[in-house]
Amino acid sequence: MKHLQHIGLIAGTFIAASFAASVNAADTPFPSTYKASSHAPTLITNATVLTGTGERLEAASLYFVDGKIVSVGEPPSELTSDTRIIDAEGSWVTPGIIDVHSHLGVYPSPGVDAHSDGNEATAPVTAEVWAEHSVWPQDPGFGRALAGGITAMQILPGSANLFGGRGVTLKNVASVTYQGMKFPDAPYGLKMACGENPKRVYGRKGSGPSTRMGNIAGYRAAWIKATDYRDEHAKYEALSDEEKKEAKKPKRDLELETLAGVLDGDIIIHMHCYRADEMMTILDLAKEFDYKVGTFHHGVEAYKISSELAENGVCGALWADWWGFKMEAYDGIQENIALVDRPEGSCSVVHSDSDEGIQRLNQEAAKAMSRGNKAGMDIAPERAIKWITSNAAKSLGIDDQTGSLTTGLMADVVIWSGNPFSVYAKANQVFIDGVERYNRDDPTLQPVSDFELGQLLEVSQ
Amino acid sequence: MKKMTVLVALAVGLQGINASADSLRIDNATIMTMGGMGTLEAADILIEDGEITAIGSDLSEDADRVIDANGAIITPAMFAGATTTGLVEVNAVRESVDSSVSETPLSKLHVEFDVRRAYSPLSSLHAITRTEGFGYTLLAATGGQYSIAGVGSLVDFDGGFDSFSGDDTIFIDVDGYASRKVGGSRAAHWMLLEGAMADLDGRASEQEYLTQAGRDVLKRLKSDGVFVFAANRAADIKQVIGFADEHDINAVIVGAREAWMLADELADSDIAVMVNGLDNLPADFDSLGSRLDNAALLSNAGVTVMFTSDETHNARKIRQGAGTAVAYGMDYDLALQAMTTTPAEVFGGRSRALAVGYSADLVVWSGDPLEVTSYATAVVIEGKLTSMESRQSKLLERYLPEDAGMGRAYINR
Repeated sequence: MKHLQHIGLIAGTFIAASFAASVNAADTPFPSTYKASSHAPTLITNATVLTGTGERLEAASLYFVDGKIVSVGEPPSELTSDTRIIDAEGSWVTPGIIDVHSHLGVYPSPGVDAHSDGNEATAPVTAEVWAEHSVWPQDPGFGRALAGGITAMQILPGSANLFGGRGVTLKNVASVTYQGMKFPDAPYGLKMACGENPKRVYGRKGSGPSTRMGNIAGYRAAWIKATDYRDEHAKYEALSDEEKKEAKKPKRDLELETLAGVLDGDIIIHMHCYRADEMMTILDLAKEFDYKVGTFHHGVEAYKISSELAENGVCGALWADWWGFKMEAYDGIQENIALVDRPEGSCSVVHSDSDEGIQRLNQEAAKAMSRGNKAGMDIAPERAIKWITSNAAKSLGIDDQTGSLTTGLMADVVIWSGNPFSVYAKANQVFIDGVERYNRDDPTLQPVSDFELGQLLEVSQ
Repeated sequence: MKKMTVLVALAVGLQGINASADSLRIDNATIMTMGGMGTLEAADILIEDGEITAIGSDLSEDADRVIDANGAIITPAMFAGATTTGLVEVNAVRESVDSSVSETPLSKLHVEFDVRRAYSPLSSLHAITRTEGFGYTLLAATGGQYSIAGVGSLVDFDGGFDSFSGDDTIFIDVDGYASRKVGGSRAAHWMLLEGAMADLDGRASEQEYLTQAGRDVLKRLKSDGVFVFAANRAADIKQVIGFADEHDINAVIVGAREAWMLADELADSDIAVMVNGLDNLPADFDSLGSRLDNAALLSNAGVTVMFTSDETHNARKIRQGAGTAVAYGMDYDLALQAMTTTPAEVFGGRSRALAVGYSADLVVWSGDPLEVTSYATAVVIEGKLTSMESRQSKLLERYLPEDAGMGRAYINR
């Protein structure tokens, strides 16, 4: 509905429905083919449950049927005879873990040159490319991430470009095609990048941008074109059928279509940005062109502007401890996530950007929680779990579907061997839409990618 | 060590900690000595003039400073892995990086490239790493023109300009990725290394692989040094075992993702490995057999296992790898030894265990030293309680207050 409102402001509400229809038509290629399989009604009992909404329930139950959560806390009064009951005494239960920043599939394992599909580093503005068209579903990293409790993730293009292209949100379900993993009805993301990467890549090519001011000029030029494009299409769609016959239909442009989708509020901006001053410049840029920044990614200096991020309703997707690999990462501190979490209305997210980190986002959150507490903040596991569940879902625009253990939401659930905020904790069972997709004790419930099948057959063990 | 003490004293003095304290007693700790005394509960440790002079219960000796550990765990100061600490400030700032030489004037194997000549103890990384409970690292050469990256050694995080210890250690890449530096085949690594060994023996009549300086260094390394080979693939590890045996050198394998396949041979050959406890992906065709229980399988077979994180700025992450190795079957005590005392046994230098008469390099932990939520609460290096301030702690202090007052730039104490 955000889409309709936005168009209404520009061209009058009466034309909104028809334009929305045409944009939707353009948005439907490569549709999701994912369908959750059926499963027995499932009741998990006796667990410590972190709901993802800030609550912690002891000796609690979780009941899900037909892929949806039915009750949290108390078990239902009646169970059907086919109900699977899992006694999770000693275990902890959390929502499925969500990583908002992954390059699985686009920079897969093995990381050979032929698999380097994450950066269309041929021009600074490549909003026309879609990360999903680079995703290799056989990346063994998906299965490893599943064993770490990851049930959904956003696959993003890299950060070489000012506009890197569309990201895609996937369910972490093994499939021969990415369409079979595509999260139904998740909004698209658009990857943008600040700072050193674009200016280094295009400065070296001699084409520019080669400076930060060049970066900003590049964004502005693109948004000007996108605004014109959006208005031109809106104007055409506002015409009556008679008038349309006389008028020239504006050409479709993949790059501008994506940018117009941002201006219309349909596509969420995910912006790689490290420095505090640059993030503030970007927020002004968004005001100039009337769009919203959804999430700043990496944000190594986000702690310097935590209040401003909260006031603007922008999420910060951050690392627990990575720093120093380039100048714009020089001021990284381990309290970043906790400090960004501190203001009212904040949206702190722990992300990985790594095929290793995605396997243990719970530990990354644990480190961040511990550092926050060491600095005097009082962060309990029931709050910190939001950084990798509900806040991540909010960042991706799927919090009305998953990210917390709330009645009616998708039954994306992890049963942990113990407190997940520990290096020793393991995801023992992982459910996606109620279906058990991983079980640590059952090799038949541990997906193996085609690539790894039949390797090292001569080796015992 | 004298110059070192001065620097630490200066740093400590700025923090207002009693820099003149020559003796320190820590009471009521769980002391994991990693030595002959094992783990002692409710124990005290006395440190005088940099040395441990007593460990036991209810020590009554006076000290200039007494700390109650409240039952907290004490371990020896940890090993930060193979890093380039002191050879880099920011990776992407080329002039701040000295760990690698890509073009040298002569096309020879530059065994004599010694990164210790570029080492500075005053980088921001030192305090950032030390305050996380780390006392020493293996200063490594990386990259390089051919297979050989260069020479380094252990170095202490005690502020000294030349606090190197242990044996000279040479770093050699023999993996598939490095084969592009030697013409395209990893077999060329061995062609060059055998050539260098022949050159050393005066047998390389047509081709001189080494400079005279290089011959001197290699000769020393061969008798008293350590050869660290970067290799992941089982077949390459097998080549290392053969080369080490043939030339009678002290070899260590770093990376070693498929080493579990050769665990018994490595144990028999007394070749130690240094692994990243978080490796488990087929990152390339050299590591199809990568798995999280690599460290467990190796150590259970009797191989000496150490850890590294493949990080320098974030070297502190190495604890997470060790903890993960334990989660996947490695013996806890062996993992903690790997993080404290083992590297000094492999690469030489003084013992890092906590025992009377030994240098006092220790850490007081907030919890289990291999747990991700734990952190160092005090770090003692050479008997001195070191400052817990770093550039990162200063940034935190500046941005922690919700009221910025005159502006953050004025919060600079």
